[in-house]
Amino acid sequence: MRLKVNGGDYETKAETIGQLLGELEIMPERVAVEVNLEVIKRADFGNYGLKDGDVVEIIYFVGGGEIWAIDS
Amino acid sequence: MGDRFLIKGIEFRSRLWIGTGKYKNFEETARAADASGADVITVAVRRVNIVDRRSENLLDYIDPKKYKILPNTAGCYTVPDALRYSRLAREAGVSDMVKLEVIGDEKTLFPDTAGLLRATEILAKEGFAVFPYTNDDPVVAKRLEDAGAVAVMPLGAPIGSGLGIRNPYNMKIILEVAKVPVIVDAGVGTASDATVAMELGCDAVLINTAIAEAKDPIAMAEAMKYAVIAGRLAYKSGRIPKKLYGAASSPIEGML
Repeated sequence: MRLKVNGGDYETKAETIGQLLGELEIMPERVAVEVNLEVIKRADFGNYGLKDGDVVEIIYFVGGGEIWAIDS
Repeated sequence: MGDRFLIKGIEFRSRLWIGTGKYKNFEETARAADASGADVITVAVRRVNIVDRRSENLLDYIDPKKYKILPNTAGCYTVPDALRYSRLAREAGVSDMVKLEVIGDEKTLFPDTAGLLRATEILAKEGFAVFPYTNDDPVVAKRLEDAGAVAVMPLGAPIGSGLGIRNPYNMKIILEVAKVPVIVDAGVGTASDATVAMELGCDAVLINTAIAEAKDPIAMAEAMKYAVIAGRLAYKSGRIPKKLYGAASSPIEGML
């Protein structure tokens, strides 16, 4: 199916968030995931089913103190 | 030093808090954090690079077991954005703390205090420990406290400006009216600025640019550590009143 992941088109065989993170080689412990603007609890990654066209955001912590520009 | 303080049941060992932006690399960030003695480190929330996944993770260098990670909403200009980043940060992290920024103006980076107040109210109701980055305005500080902020973080001067505490009198009033801790966020340029903030009675100081962009960030981190300790001790010691004329400190008795 085709997803939007972090702003770009992404073709995947993954059916759940857990599988998607596995495919992307991202450790689930250090990220948060949003699907269609809804924050998904980490405990639900394994059973949260993705649908074609879902908009997925995967975020983590980066260096930034007082301020950093968006999408710098 | 035995000068710990509590915010919402969380114990803080250090009164110097640092940001992690603008360093050359993660290794330098980690060395500066260590030299500063800070126990609170603020971090931003951004998209994972899914194209280049080999990029390193900040938390490989800043151990969340050693430091309290304080996610911020840096770069957010609207209430919905600030809420979205806060909720994601809570899910990515290990605590309910958020340094809430709702920026109102690109040029000065001054906070949008109306938006900040709304966002504080919403997030406090959701159980967040909200640390709002605010203006040096005592009325707004009080409103934020009423809205459920666990501390207020007034700016000393615009972010990254290094102008120091531009309005120490307002800061004094904020300290008088606020029952929650007051943490100066933004404006510190050098060690004496941090000392001034602490001498005024502020509970802590958050510093990023002044350390990260110093010629020697590690040495500046250490300077800030001592500056904050000195200012805190001076505040607790009770300074002498300022006088217009001289007052001899040596006895008159016994003079020839």
